[in-house]
Amino acid sequence: MEPFKTFRGVGAPLLRENIDTDAIIPSREMQKVAKSGLSAGLFAGWRYKDPISRQINPEFVLNKTDYQNTQIILAGKNFGCGSSREHAVWALKEFGIKAVIAPSFGRIFLGNCIRNCILPISLPGDQLKELISATEIDPQKFLIQVDLLSQCIEVVGLVKFNFEFDQASKEILLEGLDPISLTERSSREIINFEELDRENRPWIYL
Amino acid sequence: MTRTLFEKLWEIHEVALFDNGESLIRIDRVFLHERTGSIALQGLEEKGRSVANPKHVFCTMDHIVDTKPGRSDSTQMPSGKDFITATRNSARRADIELFDLDSQFQGIVHVISPELGIALPGSTVVCPDSHTCTLGGIGALAWGIGSSEAEHAMATNTLRVKKPKTLRVNFEGALAPSVTAKDMILHLISCFGSDGGAGCACEFAGPAVRELSIEERMTLCNMAVEFSAFTGLVAVDEKTIEYSSNRKFSPKAHLIAAAIDHWRSLKSDENAVFDNEITICCNDIKPTVTWGTSPQHALSIDAFIPSPLHIENAETKESWSRALDYMDLMPETPITSIKIDCAFIGSCTNSRIGDLRKAAAFLRGKKVSPWVKAVCVPGSTQVKKEAEKEGLDEVFTAAGFEWRESGCSMCFYAGGETFGPNKRVISTTNRNFEGRQGPGTRTHLASPLTVVASACSGYICSAEN
Repeated sequence: MEPFKTFRGVGAPLLRENIDTDAIIPSREMQKVAKSGLSAGLFAGWRYKDPISRQINPEFVLNKTDYQNTQIILAGKNFGCGSSREHAVWALKEFGIKAVIAPSFGRIFLGNCIRNCILPISLPGDQLKELISATEIDPQKFLIQVDLLSQCIEVVGLVKFNFEFDQASKEILLEGLDPISLTERSSREIINFEELDRENRPWIYL
Repeated sequence: MTRTLFEKLWEIHEVALFDNGESLIRIDRVFLHERTGSIALQGLEEKGRSVANPKHVFCTMDHIVDTKPGRSDSTQMPSGKDFITATRNSARRADIELFDLDSQFQGIVHVISPELGIALPGSTVVCPDSHTCTLGGIGALAWGIGSSEAEHAMATNTLRVKKPKTLRVNFEGALAPSVTAKDMILHLISCFGSDGGAGCACEFAGPAVRELSIEERMTLCNMAVEFSAFTGLVAVDEKTIEYSSNRKFSPKAHLIAAAIDHWRSLKSDENAVFDNEITICCNDIKPTVTWGTSPQHALSIDAFIPSPLHIENAETKESWSRALDYMDLMPETPITSIKIDCAFIGSCTNSRIGDLRKAAAFLRGKKVSPWVKAVCVPGSTQVKKEAEKEGLDEVFTAAGFEWRESGCSMCFYAGGETFGPNKRVISTTNRNFEGRQGPGTRTHLASPLTVVASACSGYICSAEN
């Protein structure tokens, strides 16, 4: 995996609560056994007036000129709740999203973000609103800078917030680690554990 | 030192605790399905990795498969066949057991996993599917993961997880006759919000939970994810032991006594301390139905559709307005005035034999309203066969329900099965999200009893009326 690097990008507000993974990528948009080819289906139910003909809904934030090349989504609480489909994250990534900022996230979605180098940043609602206020006058000009190493987001000269971030996830993102390779370093411990466990719970081992 | 059930399960499976706060947790079983499991198997292959222990990995066809009688690999979703064949081929290459379309054990993953004894009390089970928490109903530590994590679990027999906080929900009192486990969980989510259990290992306890059958406990735990919990759990008791002792993959005769001894220890110690506790009085719970587009938009059946006018929080106000708009409902009208077009019984929430028996007992001698299209999809092929042995299929079809093959079906739109745009469905499923049951379809979540009662009346109503 590519390591996560500090960047500046356009942030688009999508301040609904409980945006679920069915909304991020509807089931009908997952048409191949693949992690690619999903960005056209991102938010399909909202992005298009008609998902079949793909007639654009000009009201939807990501379709507005001001929000072209959006790299950051600013969302309401519990973003990514619902279905475990990793396709939601693959679709966001393919679309160009590098970070999502919201008061809280669905747990599985959050884990899927880490494994695909998208940064899920939890930020209190009032700070989120300040961030939006700082950018919305001209989102293409007032870019949001996201720095994971110092755990800081900033619209230069306007607002700056620190955010909390899980230490283990930070290591994975900054170093571009593959969690499976990481765990393989513990293979001796796993083998020892299983030897003992097999004695304690033999019925588990088929 | 006293420990909660969750802490006991965690300790049993904790291989290592890293400095960064993550634990390495031993995973006993991985279950896959053709929607997200196929890509996990493919991902492993692409990385040149293999399944560490194929005997502990299982796969079923449930999400995309057609449920119309006489089904084949083709589905109403044109690309559905690709998922089915890709899964079949990957499962064969990985040498894992697949419950294919023609298997007598095929069914919805969370229905067949305990039904076959693949999930056992005290086992850790993961699946790239958010409703894996269902298995907490038998005292398994089970949770939903993404496809990448499924690759990790299959490659290493472990997952890296940060220990969640614990929450106990005490269901005190007793349920009224027409109130079910589904009403309990919808009531809980409506009281505390769809993020009320955020990240917690949530143990459901109290006298009302002890009274529930194992299947009903699975219904309760199934929607723990709709409460944003890490998982749901119910302590093991004699009902659990009876349920899990004699299944296809249950411990063999020479191991069952030791297993049962172990299972009996799987409950929270008397004075165990939880990070948080909630108490719900079950005497207050009525049949509960959702009105909006989040499971937290739920109300007692005798309530009125709420009005966003009285809401101060701007985001909530907006989400209520959007929900009312999508659902095409008028604020301040009674729930029971809502006319329905369709009724659905099925999904990993409510499609087990107990659900079908309850629904059929109500339907016997009654007819579905002439304007309602009603469909029943048993949760597994075994459930279907048992129901047919008991003559329940005839009760459903005589009342006007379609009787289908097992699968996820109209819980969501993966296989292309839907009642259609703007159709209003009363449904035993778990999610009422916009478009979940197909573009423009409007979902009201409810118990099987409320669904059959509403199907007969043509309007949302409870079984007691």
